[in-house]
Amino acid sequence: MLRYCLKRLLSLVISLVVASLVIFLVIEVAPGDPASFMLGINAQEDTLNALREELGLNQSKFERYMSWSIGMLQGDFGTSYTYRTPVAQMVSDRLWVSLPLALYALALSTIIAFPAGIYAASRRGGAGDVTIMGATQLGVAIPNFWFAMMLVLVFAINLRWFSAGGFPGWDEGFFNGLKALTLPAIALALPQAAILARVMRSSLLDILNEDFIRTARAKGLSRRQALWRHALRNALIPVLTIIGLQFSFLLAGSIIIEQVFYLPGLGRLVFQSISQRDLIVVESVVMLLVFAVIVVNFIVDLAYAWVDPRLRSRT
Amino acid sequence: MRSRNLIIGSVLTAIFLVAALVSFVWTPFDVTQMNIPSKLKTPNGTNWLGTDHFGRDIFSMIMVGARTSIAVALVAVSIGMFIGVPLGLAAAARQGSLLDEVIMRGNDLVFAFPSLVIAILITAVFGPGAVNAIIAIGIFNIPVFARLTRGAALPLWQREFIMAARVAGKGSSRISLEHILPNVTNLLIVQGTIQFSLGILAEAGLSYVGLGAQPPLPSWGRMLADAQTMVSFAPHLALIPGGAIILTVLGLNLMGDGLRDLLDPRIRVDRT
Amino acid sequence: MSLLAIQNLELSIHGAPILKGVSLDVAQGEIVAITGESGSGKSLTAFSVMQLLPRGTVTKGSIQLDGTDLLNAPDAEMCDLRGNDIGMVFQEPMTALNPLMTIGDQVMETILLHTSASHEEARLKAEETLTRVGLPSEKFKLARFPHELSGGQRQRVVIAMAIALRPRLLIADEPTTALDVTTQAQILDLLKDLVQDFGMGLLMITHDLAVVSGMADRIIVMRNGEVVETGETSALFANMQHEYTRALFAASSHEVDLPTNTRPDNALLVVKDAIRDYPRPRTELFAPREYNRAVNGISFTLNKGERIGLVGESGCGKSTLTRAILGLEPLQGGSITAFGQDVAPDMPAALRSGLQVVFQDPYGSFNPRHKVARIVTEPFHLLPNPPKGKDRQNRISEALIAVGLQPSDADKYIHAFSGGQRQRIAIARALIIRPELIIFDEAVSALDVSIRAQILDLIAELTQSHDLSYLFISHDLSVVRTITDRVLVMKDGEIVEDGPTEQVFNTPNHPYTASLIAAAPTLPDVKALTDVPA
Repeated sequence: MLRYCLKRLLSLVISLVVASLVIFLVIEVAPGDPASFMLGINAQEDTLNALREELGLNQSKFERYMSWSIGMLQGDFGTSYTYRTPVAQMVSDRLWVSLPLALYALALSTIIAFPAGIYAASRRGGAGDVTIMGATQLGVAIPNFWFAMMLVLVFAINLRWFSAGGFPGWDEGFFNGLKALTLPAIALALPQAAILARVMRSSLLDILNEDFIRTARAKGLSRRQALWRHALRNALIPVLTIIGLQFSFLLAGSIIIEQVFYLPGLGRLVFQSISQRDLIVVESVVMLLVFAVIVVNFIVDLAYAWVDPRLRSRT
Repeated sequence: MRSRNLIIGSVLTAIFLVAALVSFVWTPFDVTQMNIPSKLKTPNGTNWLGTDHFGRDIFSMIMVGARTSIAVALVAVSIGMFIGVPLGLAAAARQGSLLDEVIMRGNDLVFAFPSLVIAILITAVFGPGAVNAIIAIGIFNIPVFARLTRGAALPLWQREFIMAARVAGKGSSRISLEHILPNVTNLLIVQGTIQFSLGILAEAGLSYVGLGAQPPLPSWGRMLADAQTMVSFAPHLALIPGGAIILTVLGLNLMGDGLRDLLDPRIRVDRT
Repeated sequence: MSLLAIQNLELSIHGAPILKGVSLDVAQGEIVAITGESGSGKSLTAFSVMQLLPRGTVTKGSIQLDGTDLLNAPDAEMCDLRGNDIGMVFQEPMTALNPLMTIGDQVMETILLHTSASHEEARLKAEETLTRVGLPSEKFKLARFPHELSGGQRQRVVIAMAIALRPRLLIADEPTTALDVTTQAQILDLLKDLVQDFGMGLLMITHDLAVVSGMADRIIVMRNGEVVETGETSALFANMQHEYTRALFAASSHEVDLPTNTRPDNALLVVKDAIRDYPRPRTELFAPREYNRAVNGISFTLNKGERIGLVGESGCGKSTLTRAILGLEPLQGGSITAFGQDVAPDMPAALRSGLQVVFQDPYGSFNPRHKVARIVTEPFHLLPNPPKGKDRQNRISEALIAVGLQPSDADKYIHAFSGGQRQRIAIARALIIRPELIIFDEAVSALDVSIRAQILDLIAELTQSHDLSYLFISHDLSVVRTITDRVLVMKDGEIVEDGPTEQVFNTPNHPYTASLIAAAPTLPDVKALTDVPA
């Protein structure tokens, strides 16, 4: 087990390093000179040079990469070209909107999908199964941001149960913050829940066909008991993979959906930075997003070993 | 019967495909012409799906937008398939080797970058546009197909008919082409339609945040972005493009399910 | 009243009739065996007693356990009976256990489900039961997982789960078919022992007449969903009434007429001190890489015209040796030479064309998307000038006729053929480039007994018509005995015995060979039985 965890940890570190290299190299390809972009076309050559020096643009690629990555490890994400403020500051508040939103949506998605998928598998071919399959078929076709708009129309504008947008900040209370994130989380969660429910159902149905389920029935277990006690845990394994992948989609989705709800998350920041060519901010935000995904996948890998004892004894 | 899925799905998909193709030669109205006096009309006899805030005919915009969605998704999925499938075959042929390890790790790495993030990176450097959307979605599709192909190929390599081919002196590339690929084709076709539908959703999302096709090229995603501020008093502006996306994606998914039932009900698709 | 009484059981699945009026009974303490070939409906009869039938099944008739109607019992009632009054053991031990649950938990589950025992009491009973089936708790902790056990050990766990509560009836569906000869003997002994000890009835399904004759008090012969003959074992064998029973027996005891080997000694295949290692997956953190020696210094020679058998149980290394001889895997030591040249993964096509193979699985040996013509001509890849057009057609027809099929079969897809026909196609594929040496790797193991007899006859014929020498690998001693001149016995990567077939079988030198022969179930000597006065 220890060996497995260490191997996964090593994998995590390597992924982070390679990802950071990729991000850095892509940004490096950027045509144009950030200094002249920031100071304008009429800037003087020495002012430009001074700025370049300050931004470290004259160093070699290797040096810049090393100072960037080591800086990140220390929590220093550089200084924004446009605002001249530390990126870490700009990013941290917004991260605490985007990340919780993605996690909230992941939780909702799982809470909705698991019972739906299990129910559909247990009543295979019946009315309940057909309804759920139909609903999920529709659910996977719905763009989450469009669904968000519809939710705002119905629940915020017409019913006035929620505000139409905005985020009060976590200082105003945990539950107030959660309430503001609820409609966005639902909008994100529903299409993913549709996918997850289908995967759960199909995984369960596959397991229910296995020999050991027949053995369980031969012991006297009812169909329901066999499903809950034997099939479910085995069916979790492929489902876990999907959950890990879903997180990356949900994080990306939360960035898109901010636009509908006017949430102060990473989305607004990163899109503005793109148009302002503030590459330091873009670099850092992307790095953070990728980091979050890699960490979540590492946790999923650990969960595999917890669920499946076969993984613990061999690597 | 099970082929009902296939029929409904194909019909839905065909409608939009035809609309996109026809839009090259004819649309009821010119989408580049603004007509402010007739702005924000709901569906009626002249404008079958109404008009937007600039008076442009929505029906025509949907037709032209179909072009963008379908073209982007099609090219992106093709990129994913033509690069991903050979990678998957190679990895399975040399399972456990360094090549396999590298391809698997590469897959995992790309999976850490959802297409939105890739699009952000590319757009930051090269500026926004439909081509970037294609590249971003395409790059993300590569590991999807690589992983799928590898997963389907691995159990085939254990089968005796592959050993028979090796005893006949055939090398792994030959075996991959002659024996493995034909036996995974059905799975690829089905997964291809699913990825196509996911591509349309991805393109819509990218256009919505402004990273995809730029004006004057119309796209369903951007129509939704424009509609956002007006949704309370002109809901048709959001409902119609949304409906177009939903129907196209639904059509493709039903077609995929139908194809699967037709070709081989045992196929398991990767629905992420 | 019998323990189990099945009367006129009719069963159809999705409208297709499978069982057409089956009647049988099992008394307390009696061992009854249902035997027949695939498609006879024997397994389905067993599943009907447990009411574990697939969707779309419709049944008629009656099944009674000590008077209780099983056929129409509600599922809740059946759940009470299963595991408690009726236990079942299945064919495939490798997939019969939940991979994520410990063996202790799985055995305890039966106990906790049907009794009001506490957790601790159930644990003790589980330990007791596992020890009773030959898995003492000192060596086999309850916390072990199925993947840590071998096939035979897993089957013992399944038996433990089935008998933990001393059911009145035990049903065993081909319980030893997937096991080695020695393990099979142990499991069969265990079952016999339990029946005597607990006084329960045992309904056993098996296709192997030899197993039946050693185990059963009564035999029921089934074919195509009907009972063809029943009777007390020795009486039935002494006096087989139905022609099918006689045919079945004849096929099981079939002896092939092997044409004599008159070739001069001329070494075709020489294996000398062959060594093959496999790296084992690392389990400890920084331990050095460990290797499994699958083939440990094997040497033997196969001369032209010889037909050599290779027997061994699973894990002995025979599959690895086969792959090395076919040049699919490299050796780490020693050498293999065929026709005077070295055999290795990079050997030239001309060398490969002298050596071909027929595999075990008639359903996995062919690409499902290819027609027979394409399948059969795969070895043409090894010829410098593969025949084309008319010549190619002729070669295909020739090969198909040689194995007893029609030239028109070349245009069909493989799924149109039965298991036996597929093996013929596999042999045609091996023969088409006229190799001098063919390796038959468990080539008849997956076939029904009557088909097997035909294929063995075909192989014997081919030795003459095609001047064939072969290496016949099998775990089935009775098959090897009839189809080979010489036999090699393999254990743990080594050859422990090498000699003429009859001699080895009659007077084995090595104790392992002796134990294999002793463990293998044998058919009764019918002549001796019929000579006994009634």
